[in-house]
Amino acid sequence: MVAYNGRMDLVFKALADPVRRKLLDELADTDGQTLFGLCSRMIMRHQLAISRQAVTKHLLMLERAGLIRTEKQGRYKLHYLQTAPIADIYDRWIAKHRNERN
Amino acid sequence: MIINVTSIFVDDQKKALEFYTEKLGFIKKNDMPAGEYRWLTVVSPEQPDGVELLLEPDEHPAAKAFKKAIAADGIPVTSFAVEDAQAEYEKLKAKGVVFTQEPVQMGPVLVATLEDTCGNLIQIASMDKDASNA
Repeated sequence: MVAYNGRMDLVFKALADPVRRKLLDELADTDGQTLFGLCSRMIMRHQLAISRQAVTKHLLMLERAGLIRTEKQGRYKLHYLQTAPIADIYDRWIAKHRNERN
Repeated sequence: MIINVTSIFVDDQKKALEFYTEKLGFIKKNDMPAGEYRWLTVVSPEQPDGVELLLEPDEHPAAKAFKKAIAADGIPVTSFAVEDAQAEYEKLKAKGVVFTQEPVQMGPVLVATLEDTCGNLIQIASMDKDASNA
């Protein structure tokens, strides 16, 4: 339970930042993107003046929280959305509440 | 002063010539022996007297390291203009060209990123018709 709460802290911290939520939005739109793909979407679709280094840091926080995973495919490193931690949030509060109402 | 040649580091000139002519549709412009390699350039059939793309050997260790590092992060080495990036994407994909980025709208531009089989990523981009008229 302690480990679970520790990870949940990371999840909520990761989700608390608007740039990181936009990165998740873009992966939900198209999964398996490169760092370049995500950087260009941040700049061109969200008008963010953000450096590649900053995006890399945000991605690292999302990865530590289990919200994304990275995979080396050939010569490319791709980023994938992982929804399990968000499903955990649903299970913890919403799923139970819905059952009670039903 | 004019820009007449720009270069791209390729791991194999013969393979590169095949890809850039047979897949992308460029035409060979210059092919001259240069030591153990060739001075090998291609041009667009739409602009045969335009800028030449030099298919330059990546035999320098730094060139190889550079290519490896930027490809890992998905960064294209250059960008080519096309009429319609969506149509071009579909045409090239049907020819077996691999894309690391499917067509995506970036402001007034539609872009996609493809692999050149020689260690590089190339972006293709088309400007929205409305935007270019504005």
